[in-house]
Amino acid sequence: MADTSQYAFVRHEMLPEQSPPASEQGIIKWLRENLFSSWFNSILTLVSIFFIYKIVSGAWPWVTNGIWSTSSLAECREVLDGATGACFSVLTERWNQLLFGFQYPNDAYWRPTLAFVLLAFAAAPVLFNKLPRKMLIFTGLYPFIAFWLIWGGTILTPVMVLVGLMVGFLAFQRLEQQSFAMGMLGGIVAAVVAIWLGGFVSSALPGFLAFEAVPSRDMGGFMLNLILGVVCVSLSLPIGILLALGRQSDMLIIKWICVMFIEFIRGVPLITLLFVANVVLAYFLPPGTNFDLILRVIIMITMFSSAYIAEVIRGGLAALPQGQYEAADSLGLDYAQSMRLIILPQALKISIPGIVNVAVGLFKDTTLVSVISMFDLVGMIRGPVLSSTEWNGVYWELWGFAVLLFFVVCYGISQYSQWLERQLQTDHR
Amino acid sequence: MTTYSDPPSSGFRVSQLINDTRYRSYTFQFIALLLLVLAIGYLGSNLLTNLADAGLNISYKFLSEPAGYDINQRLIEYDSQATHLRASVVGLLNTLLVAVLGCITATILGVTVGVLRLSNNWIVSKLMAVYVEIFRNVPVLIWILIIMAVFVAVLPQPRDFRGEDAVASMVLGSFAFTGRGFYTPLPLFGPGSGIVVGIFIASIIAIFGYRRYAKNLLFSQGKLLPVFWPSVALFFVPAILMFFIMGRPITLEYPELKGFNFAGGIYMRNSLIALWFALSIYTAAFIAENVRAGILAVSKGQTEAAASLGLRPNRIMNLVVLPQALRVIIPPLISHFLNLTKNSSLAIAVGYMDLTGTLGGITLNQTGRAIETVLLLMLFYLTISLSISAIMNVYNNSVKLKGR
Repeated sequence: MADTSQYAFVRHEMLPEQSPPASEQGIIKWLRENLFSSWFNSILTLVSIFFIYKIVSGAWPWVTNGIWSTSSLAECREVLDGATGACFSVLTERWNQLLFGFQYPNDAYWRPTLAFVLLAFAAAPVLFNKLPRKMLIFTGLYPFIAFWLIWGGTILTPVMVLVGLMVGFLAFQRLEQQSFAMGMLGGIVAAVVAIWLGGFVSSALPGFLAFEAVPSRDMGGFMLNLILGVVCVSLSLPIGILLALGRQSDMLIIKWICVMFIEFIRGVPLITLLFVANVVLAYFLPPGTNFDLILRVIIMITMFSSAYIAEVIRGGLAALPQGQYEAADSLGLDYAQSMRLIILPQALKISIPGIVNVAVGLFKDTTLVSVISMFDLVGMIRGPVLSSTEWNGVYWELWGFAVLLFFVVCYGISQYSQWLERQLQTDHR
Repeated sequence: MTTYSDPPSSGFRVSQLINDTRYRSYTFQFIALLLLVLAIGYLGSNLLTNLADAGLNISYKFLSEPAGYDINQRLIEYDSQATHLRASVVGLLNTLLVAVLGCITATILGVTVGVLRLSNNWIVSKLMAVYVEIFRNVPVLIWILIIMAVFVAVLPQPRDFRGEDAVASMVLGSFAFTGRGFYTPLPLFGPGSGIVVGIFIASIIAIFGYRRYAKNLLFSQGKLLPVFWPSVALFFVPAILMFFIMGRPITLEYPELKGFNFAGGIYMRNSLIALWFALSIYTAAFIAENVRAGILAVSKGQTEAAASLGLRPNRIMNLVVLPQALRVIIPPLISHFLNLTKNSSLAIAVGYMDLTGTLGGITLNQTGRAIETVLLLMLFYLTISLSISAIMNVYNNSVKLKGR
């Protein structure tokens, strides 16, 4: 050890660590880095804070002073006596109308409610892979249960359709040994015949386990938006897949039919298609047939969304490396097998975000039916609620409610899709 | 020696049409074509029977009959005695008007929000994220109706501008924002104004010419000419000089309060404003996401490489990041423009007389010619969509990375 006695002072122990200066730690550092890093950022921050303050200071008393239990806007104003405050009683008083429309039988509200609660259970195994696969049986049965609950009538109608589909599936399995196309054809024919025969049974016993039947023109409110959204998205998925495969096909005629259909539908606004459903479609049906507006609207919206879904799936098909197609061919699989076992599982996985985008867009577009005088949520607000004498002039509360409902559903779906994307990421990064 | 890959030498059998992959596709296509023809024939025969039963026919004669209704927002001369055709043209121009206005504001707003969302200012980026999520996840129809309701409820009525102690006053003495609509000054082009406009257009062409010349000079001789200030000067100076030389031929007509309403100037109805605003902020939320994705798609290495070459941040943005980001941004941007144009058909919900409101609305109801009007309507939107996608294809081909 060196001799240190000649020096006046030598430190032998380490100094304790000093904490960083106050401006370099904790909340102050965070503020400096994230909010006030330059004069421009500081201005932006102050403007944003002022903006938020304006909104909160305006909305806070409005919400907290809100009145929930009067029966008209005039009464609300009386209670408020000049103070700012919302009149949320329009929501409590018209709750059922906003959700179910104004024609759905009052004592049957539990039926659609139950149907949508069951929807959560039916959708769960599809949405979350970890749940037991046995639950998919309920998902398969769900459309029939939901139909019976919402539209009412005898339970035999959906049961007979279900039986018909099962017969068709059995026929498909029998004939699939020969070829996929034969199986498809045989299955469809068998299903149609079985459903046609079942029709006699259900019309012979109209009172068997029957609820009060509700015609579809009585559907309304947010329920109508949900029905249109769920039905049209689930119907347009298989059609969209077929269209996408058709567009990729080598068969020129089929390819061009699909291309023309897709480009035509994507080129026109949904509202013109709804006009078609409203005023034109009836001309193209056999004289005397008169199926109701909601069914015509479902047909047109399904066509609309299947064209968009087809384009999304085509993107997924095109994104697959050519090697996958060649690998399927070299294994000796035929077209149907290679698509079902190799190509589509991968292509659909790639296109999930796009499909969810289309689904969210479609659900938002279901509000357009209010333009052709159907009473969905927007139609209810614009029509029966705002034009009633009690609630004429309650804008913010009603529109805020509509915004909230749509936001919760759409934002939830898009968050789910992001979660799913992360789950399905199989590349190791 | 025989090889297994030899084709079977036997003749053609009917079962080959189903089982042999060489012929099967023809069978399928034939069946598809047959089904299509049958379906069209079935629908067509239904149509003919239905039309005959109702005593109707397909004819476009109604287009030359007087329309008999008024359109309160129009770009060209129109009165209720004009034909349905002219009413449709007014509607068409209104559609294009709101589409163009909407595209411009949506782009400006969307790019701003997209860039701000990437800002390192925590509160600003969070605020922009909230904006994007709220506007993307709620139907545009609801936004149109909300903004319309807000306009009518919040802004003053024209009568509030009257009297000594008026509740409301005009902004800068020339703009009036009322619940019925906005009134702005109208430029009047007097004699000789053509020359001023001509000079203005010529100076814009000159700006492009100058910039190209400066670029060529930079690339060929390495000389750097100033570009920004000469462009600004070219933009303003010649036109303003000419304006005074010709004796101020262009004047402004200000809106004035006459009776219970404003007269003169440009009048934009509340429905136009509400539609324009709603479409802009809704589409801007989508464009913002696009812009953000486009900028994030340019890898950080590019920025760092440019910085290590000694480029200033401004130039890094202009020369390195933007050209690459634009390739990602522009195709979806154009499809958002297309969506905005299609969404403008929701004008019917607030009573703005666009093509859907005139041709697909009142004309349809008055003449009862549903098939003809809806067909025309679809044809118009289809033309716009297909021509925009054609332009997009040309653009995509021009910016495609050139492989070696």
